[in-house]
Amino acid sequence: MSAAPAAPQPASAEALDTAGGEKTGALDLLLVPPRARTGWRLLPARIGALCTVELQKLRHDRAELYTRAVQPALWLLIFGETFTRIKAIPTGGIPYIDYLAPGIIAQSAMFIAIFYGIMIIWERDSGILTKLLVTPTPRSALITGKAFAAGVKALIQAVVVIVIAALLGVALTWNPLRLLGVAVAVILGSAFFSCLSMTIAGIVLTRDRLMGIGQAITMPLFFGSSALYPVSIMPGWLQAVSRANPLSYQVDALRGLLLGTPSHLALDYGVLLLAAALGILAASSLLGRLAR
Amino acid sequence: MSDDDARTGGEAVRCDGLEYAFGQTRAVDGLDLTVATGEVFGLLGPNGAGKTTAIRCITTLLPVPAGRVRVFGHDAAKERMAVRRLLGYVPQQLSADSGLTGRENVALFARVFDVPRKERARRVEQALYAVDLTESADRMAKTYSGGMIRRLELAQALVSAPRLLMLDEPTIGLDPIARTSVWEHINAVRRATGMTVLVTTHHMDEADQYCDRLALMHRGRIRALGTPDGLKAELRERRGASGPDDPPPTLEDVFRDVAGRGLDTQGGDFRDVRSTRRTATRLG
Repeated sequence: MSAAPAAPQPASAEALDTAGGEKTGALDLLLVPPRARTGWRLLPARIGALCTVELQKLRHDRAELYTRAVQPALWLLIFGETFTRIKAIPTGGIPYIDYLAPGIIAQSAMFIAIFYGIMIIWERDSGILTKLLVTPTPRSALITGKAFAAGVKALIQAVVVIVIAALLGVALTWNPLRLLGVAVAVILGSAFFSCLSMTIAGIVLTRDRLMGIGQAITMPLFFGSSALYPVSIMPGWLQAVSRANPLSYQVDALRGLLLGTPSHLALDYGVLLLAAALGILAASSLLGRLAR
Repeated sequence: MSDDDARTGGEAVRCDGLEYAFGQTRAVDGLDLTVATGEVFGLLGPNGAGKTTAIRCITTLLPVPAGRVRVFGHDAAKERMAVRRLLGYVPQQLSADSGLTGRENVALFARVFDVPRKERARRVEQALYAVDLTESADRMAKTYSGGMIRRLELAQALVSAPRLLMLDEPTIGLDPIARTSVWEHINAVRRATGMTVLVTTHHMDEADQYCDRLALMHRGRIRALGTPDGLKAELRERRGASGPDDPPPTLEDVFRDVAGRGLDTQGGDFRDVRSTRRTATRLG
Protein backbone atom coordinates (compact mmCIF):
# COMPACT_ATOMS: atom_id res chain seq x y z
CA MET A 1 0.00 0.00 0.00
CA SER A 2 1.50 3.27 -1.02
CA ALA A 3 0.21 5.62 1.63
CA ALA A 4 0.73 9.26 0.86
CA PRO A 5 2.90 10.79 3.59
CA ALA A 6 1.22 14.17 3.28
CA ALA A 7 -0.57 14.47 6.62
CA PRO A 8 1.96 14.31 9.45
CA GLN A 9 0.83 11.70 11.91
CA PRO A 10 2.35 11.51 15.38
CA ALA A 11 5.77 10.06 14.76
CA SER A 12 8.10 8.28 17.09
CA ALA A 13 11.83 8.02 16.60
CA GLU A 14 11.40 4.46 15.43
CA ALA A 15 8.78 5.43 12.91
CA LEU A 16 11.18 7.99 11.47
CA ASP A 17 13.84 5.34 11.34
CA THR A 18 11.88 2.67 9.58
CA ALA A 19 9.68 4.77 7.40
CA GLY A 20 12.31 4.64 4.68
CA GLY A 21 11.21 6.68 1.71
CA GLU A 22 8.22 8.11 3.53
CA LYS A 23 10.19 10.12 6.03
CA THR A 24 11.80 12.19 3.32
CA GLY A 25 8.30 13.16 2.29
CA ALA A 26 7.40 14.15 5.84
CA LEU A 27 10.66 15.99 6.48
CA ASP A 28 11.48 17.24 2.99
CA LEU A 29 11.78 20.88 4.03
CA LEU A 30 14.31 20.06 6.74
CA LEU A 31 16.74 18.93 4.05
CA VAL A 32 16.90 22.31 2.34
CA PRO A 33 18.48 25.32 4.04
CA PRO A 34 16.39 28.47 3.55
CA ARG A 35 17.75 31.07 1.13
CA ALA A 36 19.57 33.74 3.08
CA ARG A 37 18.27 37.27 3.05
CA THR A 38 21.02 39.70 2.23
CA GLY A 39 21.71 43.39 2.19
CA TRP A 40 19.52 46.01 3.76
CA ARG A 41 16.48 43.72 4.13
CA LEU A 42 18.16 41.56 6.74
CA LEU A 43 18.06 43.99 9.66
CA PRO A 44 14.38 45.03 9.38
CA ALA A 45 13.36 41.38 8.96
CA ARG A 46 15.25 40.38 12.12
CA ILE A 47 13.89 43.32 14.09
CA GLY A 48 10.42 42.27 12.95
CA ALA A 49 10.97 38.68 14.06
CA LEU A 50 12.26 39.68 17.48
CA CYS A 51 9.50 42.25 18.05
CA THR A 52 6.90 39.62 17.12
CA VAL A 53 8.30 37.18 19.63
CA GLU A 54 8.24 39.85 22.34
CA LEU A 55 4.57 40.55 21.58
CA GLN A 56 3.83 36.81 21.79
CA LYS A 57 5.49 36.68 25.20
CA LEU A 58 3.46 39.67 26.40
CA ARG A 59 0.27 38.06 25.19
CA HIS A 60 1.04 34.92 27.21
CA ASP A 61 1.80 36.87 30.36
CA ARG A 62 -0.96 39.40 30.75
CA ALA A 63 -0.97 39.09 34.54
CA GLU A 64 2.32 40.96 34.62
CA LEU A 65 0.80 43.89 32.76
CA TYR A 66 -2.03 44.15 35.27
CA THR A 67 0.16 43.97 38.34
CA ARG A 68 2.55 46.54 36.90
CA ALA A 69 -0.28 49.01 36.49
CA VAL A 70 -0.75 49.17 40.26
CA GLN A 71 2.29 51.28 41.04
CA PRO A 72 1.61 54.24 38.73
CA ALA A 73 -2.02 54.18 39.80
CA LEU A 74 -0.96 54.50 43.44
CA TRP A 75 1.47 57.34 42.68
CA LEU A 76 -1.27 59.25 40.99
CA LEU A 77 -3.88 58.52 43.65
CA ILE A 78 -1.87 58.91 46.85
CA PHE A 79 1.01 61.21 45.98
CA GLY A 80 -0.97 63.20 43.43
CA GLU A 81 -4.08 63.75 45.53
CA THR A 82 -2.05 64.72 48.60
CA PHE A 83 0.29 67.15 46.86
CA THR A 84 -2.62 68.75 45.05
CA ARG A 85 -3.93 69.80 48.47
CA ILE A 86 -0.56 71.04 49.73
CA LYS A 87 -0.11 73.34 46.73
CA ALA A 88 3.62 73.46 47.52
CA ILE A 89 4.86 73.08 43.98
CA PRO A 90 4.64 75.94 41.47
CA THR A 91 3.01 74.37 38.44
CA GLY A 92 2.12 77.51 36.54
CA GLY A 93 -1.52 77.58 37.53
CA ILE A 94 -2.61 74.05 36.70
CA PRO A 95 -3.71 71.59 39.40
CA TYR A 96 -0.79 69.50 40.66
CA ILE A 97 -2.43 66.21 39.72
CA ASP A 98 -2.67 67.41 36.12
CA TYR A 99 0.96 68.44 36.28
CA LEU A 100 1.92 65.07 37.74
CA ALA A 101 0.10 62.73 35.32
CA PRO A 102 2.58 63.04 32.39
CA GLY A 103 5.46 62.69 34.86
CA ILE A 104 3.99 59.43 36.13
CA ILE A 105 3.69 58.10 32.57
CA ALA A 106 7.38 58.80 32.04
CA GLN A 107 8.29 57.37 35.44
CA SER A 108 6.43 54.11 34.98
CA ALA A 109 7.95 53.73 31.52
CA MET A 110 11.42 54.18 32.96
CA PHE A 111 10.82 51.75 35.85
CA ILE A 112 9.83 49.05 33.36
CA ALA A 113 12.68 49.77 30.98
CA ILE A 114 15.35 49.72 33.67
CA PHE A 115 14.55 46.03 34.32
CA TYR A 116 15.64 45.00 30.83
CA GLY A 117 19.28 44.69 31.80
CA ILE A 118 18.33 42.11 34.39
CA MET A 119 16.10 40.42 31.83
CA ILE A 120 18.94 40.15 29.31
CA ILE A 121 21.25 38.68 31.96
CA TRP A 122 18.54 36.20 32.85
CA GLU A 123 18.23 35.24 29.20
CA ARG A 124 21.99 34.86 29.04
CA ASP A 125 22.04 32.60 32.11
CA SER A 126 19.16 30.54 30.76
CA GLY A 127 20.80 30.02 27.36
CA ILE A 128 18.11 31.80 25.31
CA LEU A 129 20.40 34.68 24.40
CA THR A 130 23.38 32.41 23.74
CA LYS A 131 21.42 30.46 21.17
CA LEU A 132 20.11 33.58 19.44
CA LEU A 133 23.64 34.96 19.24
CA VAL A 134 24.61 31.91 17.15
CA THR A 135 21.96 32.71 14.52
CA PRO A 136 22.67 35.07 11.60
CA THR A 137 21.15 37.98 13.52
CA PRO A 138 22.85 41.34 14.03
CA ARG A 139 23.30 42.25 17.72
CA SER A 140 21.43 45.48 17.11
CA ALA A 141 18.29 43.56 16.10
CA LEU A 142 18.31 41.63 19.39
CA ILE A 143 18.64 44.90 21.33
CA THR A 144 16.01 46.70 19.25
CA GLY A 145 13.57 43.85 19.88
CA LYS A 146 14.01 44.25 23.63
CA ALA A 147 13.77 48.04 23.40
CA PHE A 148 10.55 47.67 21.44
CA ALA A 149 9.13 45.32 24.07
CA ALA A 150 9.95 47.84 26.79
CA GLY A 151 8.18 50.47 24.71
CA VAL A 152 5.04 48.38 24.27
CA LYS A 153 4.84 47.58 27.98
CA ALA A 154 5.29 51.25 28.80
CA LEU A 155 2.62 52.19 26.29
CA ILE A 156 0.10 49.92 27.97
CA GLN A 157 0.93 51.57 31.29
CA ALA A 158 0.56 54.99 29.72
CA VAL A 159 -2.97 54.05 28.67
CA VAL A 160 -3.75 52.95 32.23
CA VAL A 161 -2.38 56.21 33.68
CA ILE A 162 -4.29 58.31 31.16
CA VAL A 163 -7.54 56.51 31.98
CA ILE A 164 -7.03 56.84 35.74
CA ALA A 165 -6.09 60.48 35.33
CA ALA A 166 -9.22 61.08 33.29
CA LEU A 167 -11.28 59.42 36.05
CA LEU A 168 -9.64 61.72 38.60
CA GLY A 169 -10.78 64.66 36.52
CA VAL A 170 -7.50 65.62 34.87
CA ALA A 171 -8.19 67.54 31.67
CA LEU A 172 -6.02 65.66 29.17
CA THR A 173 -6.13 66.02 25.43
CA TRP A 174 -8.02 63.47 23.34
CA ASN A 175 -6.59 64.77 20.08
CA PRO A 176 -5.47 61.61 18.22
CA LEU A 177 -2.42 63.29 16.70
CA ARG A 178 -1.21 64.44 20.09
CA LEU A 179 -1.85 60.99 21.56
CA LEU A 180 0.23 59.51 18.74
CA GLY A 181 2.97 61.92 19.71
CA VAL A 182 2.65 60.71 23.30
CA ALA A 183 3.03 57.10 22.14
CA VAL A 184 6.18 57.95 20.18
CA ALA A 185 7.72 59.79 23.12
CA VAL A 186 6.92 56.90 25.48
CA ILE A 187 8.45 54.33 23.12
CA LEU A 188 11.60 56.37 22.51
CA GLY A 189 12.09 57.03 26.22
CA SER A 190 11.63 53.36 27.07
CA ALA A 191 14.00 52.36 24.31
CA PHE A 192 16.66 54.64 25.77
CA PHE A 193 16.28 53.47 29.37
CA SER A 194 16.12 49.78 28.45
CA CYS A 195 19.28 50.21 26.37
CA LEU A 196 20.96 52.10 29.21
CA SER A 197 20.17 49.16 31.46
CA MET A 198 21.33 46.58 28.89
CA THR A 199 24.51 48.58 28.32
CA ILE A 200 25.28 48.44 32.03
CA ALA A 201 24.47 44.71 31.92
CA GLY A 202 27.06 44.34 29.17
CA ILE A 203 29.61 46.05 31.42
CA VAL A 204 28.98 44.47 34.82
CA LEU A 205 27.84 41.06 33.47
CA THR A 206 26.22 39.77 36.69
CA ARG A 207 22.74 40.19 38.03
CA ASP A 208 23.81 41.11 41.57
CA ARG A 209 25.97 44.02 40.47
CA LEU A 210 23.36 45.21 38.00
CA MET A 211 20.62 45.21 40.67
CA GLY A 212 22.72 47.48 42.86
CA ILE A 213 23.56 49.88 40.04
CA GLY A 214 20.02 49.83 38.69
CA GLN A 215 18.59 50.89 42.01
CA ALA A 216 21.30 53.49 42.47
CA ILE A 217 20.61 55.24 39.15
CA THR A 218 16.82 54.97 39.00
CA MET A 219 16.23 57.27 41.93
CA PRO A 220 18.42 60.20 40.79
CA LEU A 221 17.14 59.86 37.22
CA PHE A 222 13.59 60.15 38.49
CA PHE A 223 14.01 62.89 41.10
CA GLY A 224 16.59 64.68 38.98
CA SER A 225 14.03 65.24 36.23
CA SER A 226 11.01 67.43 35.78
CA ALA A 227 8.63 64.50 36.48
CA LEU A 228 7.52 65.71 39.94
CA TYR A 229 8.39 69.41 39.97
CA PRO A 230 9.60 72.07 37.55
CA VAL A 231 13.31 72.23 36.87
CA SER A 232 13.30 75.92 37.86
CA ILE A 233 12.92 75.14 41.57
CA MET A 234 16.00 72.89 41.60
CA PRO A 235 19.43 74.12 42.75
CA GLY A 236 21.72 75.07 39.87
CA TRP A 237 23.83 71.89 39.85
CA LEU A 238 20.72 69.72 39.79
CA GLN A 239 19.31 71.76 36.91
CA ALA A 240 22.44 70.85 34.98
CA VAL A 241 21.86 67.18 35.78
CA SER A 242 18.26 67.50 34.71
CA ARG A 243 19.32 69.02 31.42
CA ALA A 244 21.42 65.94 30.67
CA ASN A 245 18.61 63.60 31.65
CA PRO A 246 16.48 62.31 28.75
CA LEU A 247 13.61 61.76 31.20
CA SER A 248 13.20 65.54 31.50
CA TYR A 249 12.80 65.88 27.74
CA GLN A 250 10.29 63.04 27.68
CA VAL A 251 8.27 64.67 30.47
CA ASP A 252 8.41 68.02 28.70
CA ALA A 253 7.03 66.49 25.51
CA LEU A 254 4.32 64.54 27.34
CA ARG A 255 3.24 67.57 29.34
CA GLY A 256 3.14 69.76 26.25
CA LEU A 257 1.09 67.25 24.28
CA LEU A 258 -1.30 66.09 27.01
CA LEU A 259 -1.87 69.38 28.88
CA GLY A 260 -0.95 71.96 26.27
CA THR A 261 1.68 73.59 28.51
CA PRO A 262 4.56 75.39 26.82
CA SER A 263 7.12 72.85 25.60
CA HIS A 264 9.99 72.38 23.18
CA LEU A 265 8.75 69.47 21.06
CA ALA A 266 11.43 69.61 18.37
CA LEU A 267 14.22 69.60 20.93
CA ASP A 268 12.48 66.94 23.02
CA TYR A 269 12.03 64.51 20.15
CA GLY A 270 15.52 65.25 18.86
CA VAL A 271 17.08 64.41 22.23
CA LEU A 272 14.93 61.29 22.67
CA LEU A 273 15.70 60.02 19.19
CA LEU A 274 19.41 60.59 19.60
CA ALA A 275 19.42 59.00 23.07
CA ALA A 276 17.56 55.92 21.82
CA ALA A 277 19.89 55.53 18.83
CA LEU A 278 23.01 55.89 20.97
CA GLY A 279 21.54 53.49 23.50
CA ILE A 280 20.90 50.82 20.89
CA LEU A 281 24.41 51.30 19.53
CA ALA A 282 26.07 51.05 22.94
CA ALA A 283 24.03 48.07 24.12
CA SER A 284 24.53 46.13 20.87
CA SER A 285 28.26 46.63 20.89
CA LEU A 286 28.49 45.24 24.42
CA LEU A 287 26.00 42.39 23.96
CA GLY A 288 28.64 39.93 22.75
CA ARG A 289 30.43 40.26 26.11
CA LEU A 290 27.47 38.62 27.81
CA ALA A 291 28.02 35.41 25.83
CA ARG A 292 31.57 34.93 27.06
CA MET B 1 27.43 20.40 -2.33
CA SER B 2 30.20 18.61 -4.20
CA ASP B 3 31.97 21.91 -4.84
CA ASP B 4 31.85 22.53 -1.13
CA ASP B 5 33.18 19.12 -0.31
CA ALA B 6 36.05 19.57 -2.71
CA ARG B 7 36.90 22.92 -1.12
CA THR B 8 36.77 21.63 2.45
CA GLY B 9 38.13 18.16 1.78
CA GLY B 10 35.03 16.62 3.38
CA GLU B 11 35.71 18.41 6.64
CA ALA B 12 32.81 19.87 8.59
CA VAL B 13 34.99 21.38 11.32
CA ARG B 14 38.69 21.93 11.43
CA CYS B 15 40.55 23.51 14.37
CA ASP B 16 44.26 24.16 14.07
CA GLY B 17 46.16 25.15 17.20
CA LEU B 18 43.10 26.76 18.78
CA GLU B 19 43.88 28.52 22.05
CA TYR B 20 41.59 30.32 24.45
CA ALA B 21 42.37 31.61 27.92
CA PHE B 22 40.15 33.06 30.65
CA GLY B 23 42.63 35.26 32.48
CA GLN B 24 45.37 32.91 33.68
CA THR B 25 43.40 29.74 32.93
CA ARG B 26 44.16 28.26 29.54
CA ALA B 27 40.85 26.61 28.82
CA VAL B 28 41.80 25.50 25.31
CA ASP B 29 45.51 25.03 24.79
CA GLY B 30 46.46 24.18 21.24
CA LEU B 31 43.49 22.18 20.06
CA ASP B 32 43.75 20.33 16.76
CA LEU B 33 40.51 18.74 15.73
CA THR B 34 38.87 17.58 12.53
CA VAL B 35 35.27 16.48 12.20
CA ALA B 36 34.41 14.74 8.95
CA THR B 37 31.24 15.58 7.06
CA GLY B 38 28.35 13.32 8.03
CA GLU B 39 29.79 11.73 11.17
CA VAL B 40 28.62 11.88 14.77
CA PHE B 41 31.66 13.13 16.59
CA GLY B 42 31.82 12.99 20.38
CA LEU B 43 33.98 15.37 22.38
CA LEU B 44 34.59 13.91 25.82
CA GLY B 45 36.47 15.15 28.80
CA PRO B 46 36.25 15.92 32.52
CA ASN B 47 34.72 19.15 33.82
CA GLY B 48 36.93 22.04 32.82
CA ALA B 49 38.69 20.12 30.04
CA GLY B 50 37.81 22.93 27.63
CA LYS B 51 35.01 21.21 25.70
CA THR B 52 32.44 23.98 26.07
CA THR B 53 35.03 26.68 25.37
CA ALA B 54 36.06 24.90 22.17
CA ILE B 55 32.41 24.57 21.15
CA ARG B 56 31.86 28.26 21.81
CA CYS B 57 34.82 29.17 19.61
CA ILE B 58 33.42 27.02 16.80
CA THR B 59 29.96 28.59 17.16
CA THR B 60 31.46 32.11 16.90
CA LEU B 61 30.33 33.00 20.43
CA LEU B 62 33.94 33.43 21.46
CA PRO B 63 36.65 35.04 19.37
CA VAL B 64 39.57 32.93 18.17
CA PRO B 65 42.59 34.60 19.79
CA ALA B 66 45.13 32.10 18.47
CA GLY B 67 44.95 29.34 15.90
CA ARG B 68 42.30 28.85 13.28
CA VAL B 69 38.77 27.44 13.25
CA ARG B 70 36.95 26.59 10.05
CA VAL B 71 33.41 25.33 9.58
CA PHE B 72 32.85 23.89 6.11
CA GLY B 73 35.78 25.98 4.97
CA HIS B 74 34.49 29.23 6.49
CA ASP B 75 36.70 30.98 9.01
CA ALA B 76 34.84 31.19 12.35
CA ALA B 77 36.63 34.41 13.27
CA LYS B 78 36.23 36.25 9.98
CA GLU B 79 33.07 34.88 8.37
CA ARG B 80 30.85 34.69 11.41
CA MET B 81 27.54 35.15 9.63
CA ALA B 82 28.39 32.47 7.06
CA VAL B 83 29.33 30.04 9.83
CA ARG B 84 26.18 30.79 11.84
CA ARG B 85 24.01 30.01 8.83
CA LEU B 86 25.40 26.47 8.73
CA LEU B 87 24.96 25.77 12.44
CA GLY B 88 22.25 24.36 14.60
CA TYR B 89 23.33 24.89 18.19
CA VAL B 90 21.84 23.51 21.38
CA PRO B 91 23.69 24.93 24.39
CA GLN B 92 24.09 23.13 27.69
CA GLN B 93 21.53 25.27 29.48
CA LEU B 94 17.83 25.05 28.73
CA SER B 95 17.59 27.51 25.92
CA ALA B 96 13.94 27.24 24.90
CA ASP B 97 11.90 30.26 25.97
CA SER B 98 9.52 29.17 28.72
CA GLY B 99 7.24 32.13 28.00
CA LEU B 100 6.36 30.88 24.50
CA THR B 101 4.62 27.81 23.14
CA GLY B 102 6.64 25.05 21.52
CA ARG B 103 5.52 26.16 18.09
CA GLU B 104 6.41 29.82 18.72
CA ASN B 105 9.86 28.77 19.94
CA VAL B 106 10.51 26.93 16.68
CA ALA B 107 8.90 29.63 14.52
CA LEU B 108 11.29 32.24 15.94
CA PHE B 109 14.24 30.23 14.70
CA ALA B 110 12.61 29.74 11.32
CA ARG B 111 12.29 33.52 11.07
CA VAL B 112 15.82 34.36 12.12
CA PHE B 113 17.10 31.96 9.47
CA ASP B 114 15.00 33.64 6.76
CA VAL B 115 12.50 30.86 6.12
CA PRO B 116 10.04 32.49 3.71
CA ARG B 117 6.59 33.18 5.11
CA LYS B 118 4.78 30.80 2.76
CA GLU B 119 6.71 27.74 3.87
CA ARG B 120 7.26 28.75 7.49
CA ALA B 121 4.26 26.99 9.00
CA ARG B 122 4.99 23.74 7.19
CA ARG B 123 8.66 23.78 8.03
CA VAL B 124 7.92 24.43 11.71
CA GLU B 125 5.40 21.59 11.63
CA GLN B 126 7.99 19.24 10.16
CA ALA B 127 10.63 20.18 12.74
CA LEU B 128 8.14 19.55 15.56
CA TYR B 129 7.12 16.29 13.90
CA ALA B 130 10.73 15.16 13.62
CA VAL B 131 11.12 15.38 17.41
CA ASP B 132 7.68 14.01 18.18
CA LEU B 133 6.18 17.22 19.58
CA THR B 134 3.30 17.69 17.14
CA GLU B 135 0.73 16.99 19.85
CA SER B 136 2.20 19.41 22.40
CA ALA B 137 3.19 22.14 19.95
CA ASP B 138 0.68 24.69 21.24
CA ARG B 139 1.38 24.17 24.91
CA MET B 140 3.62 26.62 26.74
CA ALA B 141 7.20 25.37 26.91
CA LYS B 142 7.18 25.84 30.68
CA THR B 143 4.75 22.90 30.95
CA TYR B 144 7.15 20.56 29.10
CA SER B 145 9.18 17.82 30.78
CA GLY B 146 12.98 17.92 30.67
CA GLY B 147 13.17 15.48 27.77
CA MET B 148 10.51 17.39 25.83
CA ILE B 149 12.40 20.66 26.27
CA ARG B 150 15.54 19.08 24.89
CA ARG B 151 13.59 17.75 21.92
CA LEU B 152 12.04 21.19 21.41
CA GLU B 153 15.51 22.70 21.36
CA LEU B 154 16.48 20.09 18.81
CA ALA B 155 13.52 21.17 16.67
CA GLN B 156 14.63 24.81 16.99
CA ALA B 157 18.06 23.81 15.71
CA LEU B 158 16.66 21.63 12.91
CA VAL B 159 14.21 24.08 11.43
CA SER B 160 16.94 25.87 9.48
CA ALA B 161 18.29 22.60 7.99
CA PRO B 162 21.77 23.09 9.46
CA ARG B 163 24.71 21.21 8.01
CA LEU B 164 26.36 20.96 11.40
CA LEU B 165 24.42 20.25 14.57
CA MET B 166 26.32 21.22 17.72
CA LEU B 167 25.05 19.73 20.95
CA ASP B 168 26.65 20.67 24.24
CA GLU B 169 25.79 17.97 26.76
CA PRO B 170 22.33 17.33 25.34
CA THR B 171 21.39 14.74 27.96
CA ILE B 172 22.64 16.54 31.06
CA GLY B 173 20.26 16.04 33.97
CA LEU B 174 17.89 13.75 32.07
CA ASP B 175 16.67 10.39 33.33
CA PRO B 176 17.80 7.31 31.36
CA ILE B 177 14.55 7.00 29.40
CA ALA B 178 14.58 10.62 28.33
CA ARG B 179 18.28 10.29 27.45
CA THR B 180 17.58 7.38 25.15
CA SER B 181 14.69 9.21 23.56
CA VAL B 182 16.77 12.34 22.89
CA TRP B 183 19.48 10.22 21.29
CA GLU B 184 17.03 8.25 19.20
CA HIS B 185 15.67 11.48 17.79
CA ILE B 186 19.15 12.84 17.11
CA ASN B 187 20.00 9.64 15.24
CA ALA B 188 16.75 9.44 13.32
CA VAL B 189 17.09 13.02 12.15
CA ARG B 190 20.68 12.52 11.20
CA ARG B 191 19.84 9.47 9.17
CA ALA B 192 17.10 11.38 7.41
CA THR B 193 19.16 14.50 6.72
CA GLY B 194 22.79 13.34 6.68
CA MET B 195 23.92 16.27 8.78
CA THR B 196 27.15 16.28 10.77
CA VAL B 197 26.79 16.13 14.54
CA LEU B 198 29.33 17.40 17.04
CA VAL B 199 28.35 16.51 20.59
CA THR B 200 29.95 16.83 24.01
CA THR B 201 28.99 14.48 26.79
CA HIS B 202 30.02 13.11 30.15
CA HIS B 203 28.24 9.83 29.63
CA MET B 204 30.68 7.15 28.42
CA ASP B 205 27.87 4.76 27.55
CA GLU B 206 26.29 7.32 25.22
CA ALA B 207 29.60 8.05 23.55
CA ASP B 208 30.22 4.35 23.09
CA GLN B 209 26.80 3.67 21.68
CA TYR B 210 26.04 6.68 19.51
CA CYS B 211 29.28 8.28 18.29
CA ASP B 212 31.18 7.30 15.16
CA ARG B 213 34.37 8.85 16.45
CA LEU B 214 35.51 10.25 19.77
CA ALA B 215 38.08 12.70 20.99
CA LEU B 216 39.09 12.67 24.64
CA MET B 217 39.96 16.14 25.76
CA HIS B 218 41.97 16.95 28.85
CA ARG B 219 43.51 20.25 29.94
CA GLY B 220 42.60 21.99 26.73
CA ARG B 221 43.96 19.45 24.27
CA ILE B 222 42.98 16.22 22.53
CA ARG B 223 44.66 13.32 24.30
CA ALA B 224 43.12 10.42 22.39
CA LEU B 225 41.18 10.10 19.18
CA GLY B 226 39.47 7.25 17.38
CA THR B 227 36.37 5.10 17.11
CA PRO B 228 35.01 3.81 20.43
CA ASP B 229 36.12 0.27 19.59
CA GLY B 230 39.47 1.45 18.29
CA LEU B 231 40.19 3.37 21.50
CA LYS B 232 39.33 0.35 23.63
CA ALA B 233 41.40 -2.01 21.48
CA GLU B 234 44.34 0.37 21.67
CA LEU B 235 44.26 0.38 25.44
CA ARG B 236 44.00 -3.39 25.56
CA GLU B 237 47.07 -3.64 23.41
CA ARG B 238 48.98 -1.15 25.50
CA ARG B 239 48.14 -3.00 28.68
CA GLY B 240 49.32 -6.11 26.87
CA ALA B 241 50.00 -8.93 29.26
CA SER B 242 46.76 -8.82 31.14
CA GLY B 243 45.33 -12.07 32.42
CA PRO B 244 42.45 -13.69 30.60
CA ASP B 245 40.28 -12.98 33.64
CA ASP B 246 40.57 -9.24 33.25
CA PRO B 247 37.44 -7.72 31.74
CA PRO B 248 38.04 -5.94 28.42
CA PRO B 249 38.65 -2.23 28.93
CA THR B 250 35.68 0.11 28.76
CA LEU B 251 35.68 3.67 27.49
CA GLU B 252 35.84 4.74 31.10
CA ASP B 253 39.15 2.90 31.43
CA VAL B 254 40.42 4.68 28.33
CA PHE B 255 39.29 7.96 29.85
CA ARG B 256 41.05 7.23 33.13
CA ASP B 257 44.16 6.18 31.30
CA VAL B 258 44.26 9.41 29.34
CA ALA B 259 43.29 11.84 32.05
CA GLY B 260 45.26 10.17 34.81
CA ARG B 261 44.73 10.74 38.50
CA GLY B 262 43.50 13.80 40.28
CA LEU B 263 40.52 14.04 37.98
CA ASP B 264 38.16 15.26 40.63
CA THR B 265 40.45 17.80 42.27
CA GLN B 266 40.72 20.12 39.29
CA GLY B 267 38.26 20.78 36.58
CA GLY B 268 35.37 23.18 36.42
CA ASP B 269 35.22 26.23 38.64
CA PHE B 270 32.40 27.13 40.97
CA ARG B 271 30.46 28.86 38.23
CA ASP B 272 30.57 25.78 35.97
CA VAL B 273 29.33 23.52 38.70
CA ARG B 274 26.59 25.93 39.70
CA SER B 275 25.37 26.32 36.14
CA THR B 276 25.40 22.55 35.56
CA ARG B 277 23.45 21.91 38.73
CA ARG B 278 20.98 24.62 37.84
CA THR B 279 20.35 23.03 34.46
CA ALA B 280 19.92 19.66 36.12
CA THR B 281 17.46 21.13 38.62
CA ARG B 282 15.37 22.76 35.95
CA LEU B 283 15.19 19.55 33.99
CA GLY B 284 14.46 17.34 36.99
